[in-house]
Amino acid sequence: MKKMTKHDIVVIGAGPAGMAAALAAYEAGVKDILVLERDCEAGGILNQCIHNGFGLHRFGEELSGPEYAGKYIDMLKDTSVQIQLGTTVLNIENKIVSAVSSKNGFEQIEAKSIILAMGCRERNRGPISVPGDRGRGVFTAGAAQRYLNIEGYLVGKRIVILGSGDIGLIMARRMTLEGAKVLAVAEIMPFTNGLSRNVAQCLEDFDIPLYLSHTVTNVIGKNKLEGIEISQVDEKMKPIKGTEKRFDCDTLLLSVGLVPENELTRTANIELDPRTKGATVGEDMQTSESGVFACGNVLHVHDLVDYVSAESERAGKSAANYVLNGKSEVSNTTLVSNGMNVSYTVPQRINKDNVEKSVDIFFRVRKKMRLGEIRVESEGEKIASFKREFLAPAEMEKITIPKVLLDKAQGNLTVTAIEVEDAQ
Amino acid sequence: MYDVTIIGGGVCGTAIAMYLSKYDIKCCLLEKDNDIAIGTTRANSGIVHAGYDPEPDTLMARLNVRGCELIEDLVEIMNIPYKKVGSMVIAFDENDEDHLRELYERGIANGVRGMELLDKEQLLEREPNLSPDVTGALYAPSAGVVNPWRLCIAMAEIAAKNGVEVFLDSEVTAIEKINGAFKITAGNKEYDTRYIINAAGLFSDRIAELVGAKDFEIRPSKGQYYLLDKTSNWLVNSVIFQCPTEKGKGVLVSPTAEGNIIVGPNAESGNERDDVSTTREGLDFVAQEAAKTTKLIDYRENIRSFAGLRANSDKRDFIIGESALCRHFINVAGIKSPGLSSAPAIGEYVIEILEDCGLIMSKKEDWTYPEPHICFADLTDEEKEELCKRDSKYGNVICRCNLVTEGEIFKVLDTYYVKPRTLDGIKRRTGSSMGRCQGGFCGVRIHEILCKYYNIEPETVLWDRNGSYIVAGKVGEKND
Repeated sequence: MKKMTKHDIVVIGAGPAGMAAALAAYEAGVKDILVLERDCEAGGILNQCIHNGFGLHRFGEELSGPEYAGKYIDMLKDTSVQIQLGTTVLNIENKIVSAVSSKNGFEQIEAKSIILAMGCRERNRGPISVPGDRGRGVFTAGAAQRYLNIEGYLVGKRIVILGSGDIGLIMARRMTLEGAKVLAVAEIMPFTNGLSRNVAQCLEDFDIPLYLSHTVTNVIGKNKLEGIEISQVDEKMKPIKGTEKRFDCDTLLLSVGLVPENELTRTANIELDPRTKGATVGEDMQTSESGVFACGNVLHVHDLVDYVSAESERAGKSAANYVLNGKSEVSNTTLVSNGMNVSYTVPQRINKDNVEKSVDIFFRVRKKMRLGEIRVESEGEKIASFKREFLAPAEMEKITIPKVLLDKAQGNLTVTAIEVEDAQ
Repeated sequence: MYDVTIIGGGVCGTAIAMYLSKYDIKCCLLEKDNDIAIGTTRANSGIVHAGYDPEPDTLMARLNVRGCELIEDLVEIMNIPYKKVGSMVIAFDENDEDHLRELYERGIANGVRGMELLDKEQLLEREPNLSPDVTGALYAPSAGVVNPWRLCIAMAEIAAKNGVEVFLDSEVTAIEKINGAFKITAGNKEYDTRYIINAAGLFSDRIAELVGAKDFEIRPSKGQYYLLDKTSNWLVNSVIFQCPTEKGKGVLVSPTAEGNIIVGPNAESGNERDDVSTTREGLDFVAQEAAKTTKLIDYRENIRSFAGLRANSDKRDFIIGESALCRHFINVAGIKSPGLSSAPAIGEYVIEILEDCGLIMSKKEDWTYPEPHICFADLTDEEKEELCKRDSKYGNVICRCNLVTEGEIFKVLDTYYVKPRTLDGIKRRTGSSMGRCQGGFCGVRIHEILCKYYNIEPETVLWDRNGSYIVAGKVGEKND
């Protein structure tokens, strides 16, 4: 006979999202919570992020990744939340979670509510299709980070980094500090994809050259990487002949974006948003399946873990509410969509009846703007407007719409960003 | 003294080894690289062709159709990823349709069963995502897709279990003829043998040259591919070929045996024998050609681009038989498409050749198959539960994309006869690191398992071929 256990809430993933959600659900009154984590430790990707800069918003102090995770692990210790490590979830069907672990073997767990918090993974060489030889030495920045910070090994001594995402920038500094030579960071866009503070602290402070509008056009080295070639790209991002630069290096690190890991979400037939590559959710973080919630990087890729925690607390609270008070009536749904210059919004729908004082909408802009007006419209009518300085695709933005304004909306909402000319 | 020495551990060499292992003779296989299945065998379309392409009365025609049947038995017994998905050759105009009828006739002559000529409507009913420009297709239900290196590894395991000695890192550098036998120098060791089977693939003309019997030339032809994530599996149900041209079978779009989608290859001649680089031009050409078949391919779903080399030769047919220039030296060379489909039949055929050459062989009575491969992901819930109870390592998932467990990796390390020592060696036997993260997550864990199992330092572990070290050194060590 198959083992079948029952829990009020099952959280999938014990990274920052899963832990914050579990803690919030516990604090909201649900005591029977099981968190399933595939790794042998809780904390997720934070465990390999030994640099600081985490927690300024959430805890008001600068912490390293493991310290930030440690705070949640400690807080959960005083609760009845159980974290089951070394457990991989195979699929989710009708709120029955099938999982395997060395300890329990194959098991099935029936949950009243499920919180999806599986995080994201790095995009690798495939989707960007970097041509060239197959010599060893092409790593995603995160894999190199794991080798360095957890295993204690440098993957190479002469490094070129493609992509200016935050992990790549952090790794440029980290590998330099460990004695490797970072020769260049190439970014295909005309602007960096990481936080401005990381560009300053990780590249500029170490005189690492940044090549904007450049990409890798060849990888050389049959068994082991020997060099790479970068080229400038035109406005259509096509390499320009004659602009090739060769670097002799043993390692190419890729920091070319993160993708929410929604394979399990697919097994549960939950609706996904092609823009975020995560589930579509309401303001309560509930997915298209009632009682299943999603939060953190599995939903949309965040820049700061502090925001992951905040979002996950909302998911945890909502899951607790679902368990304690049952299904909320979905009656007054307003859809939220992205308009001009906005690439996505989370949530994708709002149940106005659930909104007490205000609702937060998270989004990213498509291009850099010194000054922008964020406009929320409904059926062509402006219902709210926000001014923001220094908008950039690399930085997630948030607007808070008060309930009074929200109630004015007759139909669905569209969020647009309009570049504002300088006042002078 | 060996009776037979096979040079080359690709799909042909191992197929021959498998058949030889059924007989009471002393036999070995020499592979120049650190693992088998590492040349043409690991980078090709993975198609088991139905057999309507080759001209009747060629070796290719005969061995293709027979190989197809033998592969179906092998995949069943050894649990090798295989799907009998059938194939379509699609037409876009009347010329193409004439061509389809020709292929159909040829298929009949070659003994291919079950073929049908489909009109546009019938085709689009089975393959709704194809371009609306199609006008019809030749459907062959007996075509399939197989994981080529797993087929090769399974045949090597069968051979090794039944007494064939497999020597890796054994590049043949000299062959001397002494008293009607041969002395082979490979990897600083010498092997005396009565017969040589030259199954050295891309390097087979060079091996022939070592005995002064080079009467053919290998002309490598590179093909580049995209491999798409399983999320694109809705795209096509069967192998979709365009009409073949002078240059080959053209760009195909096909499911793989594991459920991914493969798109490719192009055909480039004049390559070096170890040049498996991809190029922007080559990949763009593949995408442009594939767009004629279907416009719905999303290359953001690409998880890997790769290139392979066809071991084409200056001869029209396979070169299989005793060399006219050297007695007891048997060439199995120029094995181009449909080489993979033909491989087991080539093995069977080489036995006949050896017998004709005068090698007397009697069948072994105690010949058996090794245990079939275990693929945790394919098991039912009940079987998973049972297996985890038997060995808790099956509960520890190492490769999350393809759901490969520690149990499967240890099964390979503990029980396989040709033991992998590299990360790619584990990948080729278990399917780990073959998913969307391409080893980003599991690479480091498999690295750790190899260190522990072989009791070696992380700096010495290889990703793939010799020289492909994964890490450069410990943190805190002095830099040069």
